[in-house]
Amino acid sequence: MGKYILKRFGYMLTALFVIVTLTFLLMQLLPGTPYGNVDELTDNQIELLDKRYGLDQPVAVQYVKYLGNLLQGDLGVSFTYTGRSVNTIIAERIGPSALIGMQGLIFGTFVGLILGIVSALRHNTFLDYGSVVIAVLGMSIPAFVFAALMQYYIGVQWKLLPPALWEGYANTIMPSIALSVTVMATVARFIRSEMLEVLGQDYVITARAKGISQFNVTVKHVIRNALIPVLTMLAPLTVSLLTGTLVIEKIFAVPGIGEQFTMSIMVNDYSVIMGITIFYSFLFVSIIFIVDLLYGLLDPRIRLDGGKRE
Amino acid sequence: MSEHRDHISEDMFTPDPIVGKEETQVSDTPQLSFWKDAWIRLRRNKGAVISIVLLLFITIMAFVGPMMNEYTYKDQQIAHSHLPPKVVGLEWIGFDGTDKNGVDVYKEKGIEDVYWFGTDQFGRDIWTRVWEGTKISLYIAFLAAALDLIIGVVYGGISAFYGGRVDNVMQRIIEVLVGIPNLILIVLFILILEPGILSITLALVITGWVNMARVVRGELLQLKGQEFVLASRTLGSSDFKLITKHLLPNALGSIIVTLMFTIPTAIFFEAFLSFIGLGLQPPLASLGVLIEDGYRTMQLLPYKMIYPAIVISVIMICFNVLADGLRDALDPKMRK
Repeated sequence: MGKYILKRFGYMLTALFVIVTLTFLLMQLLPGTPYGNVDELTDNQIELLDKRYGLDQPVAVQYVKYLGNLLQGDLGVSFTYTGRSVNTIIAERIGPSALIGMQGLIFGTFVGLILGIVSALRHNTFLDYGSVVIAVLGMSIPAFVFAALMQYYIGVQWKLLPPALWEGYANTIMPSIALSVTVMATVARFIRSEMLEVLGQDYVITARAKGISQFNVTVKHVIRNALIPVLTMLAPLTVSLLTGTLVIEKIFAVPGIGEQFTMSIMVNDYSVIMGITIFYSFLFVSIIFIVDLLYGLLDPRIRLDGGKRE
Repeated sequence: MSEHRDHISEDMFTPDPIVGKEETQVSDTPQLSFWKDAWIRLRRNKGAVISIVLLLFITIMAFVGPMMNEYTYKDQQIAHSHLPPKVVGLEWIGFDGTDKNGVDVYKEKGIEDVYWFGTDQFGRDIWTRVWEGTKISLYIAFLAAALDLIIGVVYGGISAFYGGRVDNVMQRIIEVLVGIPNLILIVLFILILEPGILSITLALVITGWVNMARVVRGELLQLKGQEFVLASRTLGSSDFKLITKHLLPNALGSIIVTLMFTIPTAIFFEAFLSFIGLGLQPPLASLGVLIEDGYRTMQLLPYKMIYPAIVISVIMICFNVLADGLRDALDPKMRK
């Protein structure tokens, strides 16, 4: 197991290193200078500014310095907001994003599980078709279309919930639901097919034949075994949540990290873009790492297989 | 000796009566090839059939639609801005050219022309723009499929077939690529290139095929060890023939299913980028651009958002339903 963890950790670091290097190199390729008012600056002033930000040094030195700062968790300073570090910007913005992300994930998984389980237990009935249709619609209709419709009807027409902005808990409900749709549909589809497969296994019939009640068989054998593969869905789900927050925060005017990201791209605030890019990648890569570990823990076949290959 | 062997007398040979019986039994039920069987199963799936028909219709409209009237997607006519949809002969289902307050805008402005899906703030015809946008979504679909087939299948195939050190190196590369989110890549490309179709294409080229490569590798690893491959190899088949004649045809079912699930993801990716302003830029029309444009004025002019939203939703639903149908048809394990 130790070897397995170490190997996974190695991949994680390599992926991060590739992303960081790629980001750094692309930044070097960018046209123009980081200073917005370059026409008004004299050559002397530019030289001084370059010295202050360490831009007068060779690229290799800058790169090593950048890596060193990253290792200490320092993502640099913003070009647009003078004197503010990328770290503070991310720290200020992470709260709302994390809140709607977690709420969306929990709500979506919960509803998805119920839909999927009901669907599998009542296979080929009206209930099954109903939840399959819901799942397909949830997968297919783009989140931004769904969010816009929800905002229009629930927020503006019927005035049930505040349509936008970030003033109280009521503001978090619609964004969370909009985010949860994809999660719900993915989980529902996945758990349905997994459960149908488990339901056909011999050990389920054996358990029933032994006289264990249908309820106990379902809870202790079927759902438990069907849940393990759902873990693998976690990584793609996080990605969809990350991309989801970008649009949802834009639509509902949530002051989150996704909104900051799109805004920074619009105004070319490179250091913030780089910072959030690395932050997102870090988040993503660590989730893949954790999922891999959990999966190795729950399903020893994967771990052994991974060990044998070396 | 040979004379002896050639001649078989009656007493030496009595035909086994069972053989004859079994033969007639087998020929009673017609033998179906895997693909014929799959096609029959797919045809029975009403949703999948409707999806195929709808997708064909949308594809045709993407090319024919813009030619059906005289407007182009970027022609601006400020005098004709914000006209509601109007179709001569379809006034009774809402295409009557009246705005939210029931005023006939066409009559008010004295405009003789008719815009089927209305116009946007620059007087551009939304009908034409919707179908131009559909064309872009279809281009993305085609691109994602092509990348899956060209890079994904070849990469996974080589990795599985040659195994050993080659496989090890190739899989390590994939492990790293999987760790890089698509969104991050596209943002990096947007920064050095312009936001647009080229950046999206490049981002898809780098990561769009990874899933397919993994599926193909998994399938081929299973197939590689089976007897029919060994038999073919013993008979002297070249590697190329083994791959193209034996391994890939057997993995084709999984390849098609994976392909069909990649396509809607890619279409969504483009629309999503355009919606947050990182994808195609106006005056180019993609469905994401149109929805974003319509979203801003949704309360006053809902028609601007509705049509592109319907088209993209229908495309996505059709691809997903068709993918489901194909998986059920091609994967006999799922047969219920």
